[in-house]
Amino acid sequence: MGMTITEKILADHAGKTAVHPGELVDCTLDLLMGNDITAPIAIREFERVGAKEVFDPDRLTIVLSHFVPAKDIKSAEQCRIARDFARKHQLKYFFDEGRGGIEHILLPQEGLVVPGDVVLGADSHSCTYGGLGCFATGVGSTDLAAAMIMGSTWFRVPESMKFHFYGTPRSKWFSAKDMILHTIGQIGVDGATYRAMEFTGEAVQRLSVDQRLTLCNMAVEAGGKSGIVAPDQTTLEYVRPRAKRPWKLFASDPDATYHSVHEWDVGKLDLQVACPYSPDNVRPVAEVAGIDVDQVFIGSCTNARLEDLRIAASIMRGRKVAPYLRCIVIPATHEVFKQAMKEGLMEVFSEAGCAISEATCGPCLGGYNGVLGPEEVCVSTSNRNFPGRMGHPKAKVYLASPAVAAATAVRGKLAMPEEVAP
Amino acid sequence: MNLFGKAWKFGDNVDTDQIIPARYLVTSDPNELGKHCMEDADPDFAKKVHPGDVLVGERNFGCGSSREHAPIAIRAAGVSAVIARSYARIFYRNSINLGLPLFETPDASRIEAGDALEINPTTGEIKNLTRNETYRATPLPPFAQEIMAAGGLMKYVAKKKGLVGRPA
Repeated sequence: MGMTITEKILADHAGKTAVHPGELVDCTLDLLMGNDITAPIAIREFERVGAKEVFDPDRLTIVLSHFVPAKDIKSAEQCRIARDFARKHQLKYFFDEGRGGIEHILLPQEGLVVPGDVVLGADSHSCTYGGLGCFATGVGSTDLAAAMIMGSTWFRVPESMKFHFYGTPRSKWFSAKDMILHTIGQIGVDGATYRAMEFTGEAVQRLSVDQRLTLCNMAVEAGGKSGIVAPDQTTLEYVRPRAKRPWKLFASDPDATYHSVHEWDVGKLDLQVACPYSPDNVRPVAEVAGIDVDQVFIGSCTNARLEDLRIAASIMRGRKVAPYLRCIVIPATHEVFKQAMKEGLMEVFSEAGCAISEATCGPCLGGYNGVLGPEEVCVSTSNRNFPGRMGHPKAKVYLASPAVAAATAVRGKLAMPEEVAP
Repeated sequence: MNLFGKAWKFGDNVDTDQIIPARYLVTSDPNELGKHCMEDADPDFAKKVHPGDVLVGERNFGCGSSREHAPIAIRAAGVSAVIARSYARIFYRNSINLGLPLFETPDASRIEAGDALEINPTTGEIKNLTRNETYRATPLPPFAQEIMAAGGLMKYVAKKKGLVGRPA
């Protein structure tokens, strides 16, 4: 019987020739990741049980991303715990503010995750890395702490769901964000719980790596354990100049077994928006266009890669942020920031009247740098819109692509990109 | 030993932002987190809840972020167990690792706010003393019971590796 790409990667790391959904396996881990929220708890647990050494200091990366530059004294203390640990254990891949950024964009960019990997990240959006053809999933701090000692962890082999996208989009603004929002809208926020989401088809193969990472990023919003796109030429062109380790290519067998298969023609899909208060409350943008908006946020691990900023800038170039609305742009990593500066994108945002900041997760989780007040409405390129996610529980968040967000910033109301940039 | 407590009822998709809002993630101190447990769903929850009480949800309990602060806050608030129709996977995994007992049963829908419950954690049998009903929850898989019995994942790992730590 054939295996899916996910089953093959897990079998490879469990030292087995085959695995089956439901089976419990112990897998070696290629990379572990913690951030300034999750690493301090893992470090405390690691030290509390008397562990002295990380199983391999080159395979544990700590990225300060959520509340940096430190938003207050308590977050400064959290960062310090992480920094001290990184120094003590000589972690090669420790990323501080100004040199790192949001982990899910940083690690692929730095070549720290490669095709065929099994990656354990103490952050729910660790499923992002699947865009490169690896198995990556989010866990909590205690799982991270145990893995820091063992170098391995247990998994229940997930069933796979196939999402096959074919056809050609009608709008030039159609993106991976619209594809994943559509998927979540169709299957619901628990539609893929415990399962691997495998994205296939010509419309997926045409996507750049930046877009594939966006696609897999929101697998967790459907409850998914992981998201994955099989590696191809596009993947290799991205990985080759960056990779810090050798990679291994896997692909699903034609006779692999799936829990379910969904097939969608992207030519029939509209631009999508997830309305309050759930990522599965998805509607075509055209249906909700025109609602008043107070804040636009272009950032987060979902949509703040260079390509996302290029799209937003192409709409905002020569235009201004609408009166009585504010627009916050946060490039995902310091490298993206630098590149965006070189390409003149930062000048476009700055001239348009956007507030720009160094990389941080800040506003996406209502942390800082763009928190919403009661009844405020935000169009955001991020990933969650549950009550209170970006601030006050009565604030309303609409999740959309960078193109829709940029058009909204210019128009002052939730807008189709075509309304602003024909 | 059976668990006894009063039910606190919530709906579908109780997410980690409702369990513990991100604005409190600047700390990992359980007592501090416990004070803000469920705050955005019920602002006075932490003041009203009694030690041993049980959180009851419907579908997809604990969805959202990987923050372990969520099960930590629930435990620190004094809650003894969670019952729901289904759980989000990271929350499920975190709770096992931290020793917070979870029970999965479609009968979660039959439980209402204020019901008195008695839970047998070994068999997964839940008695609703208010309604005089008995429900059967899926027992945890054996390896998870092993982790729970050891007192959580870290104690389990420490034992396996022969590490000698300091008490929690």
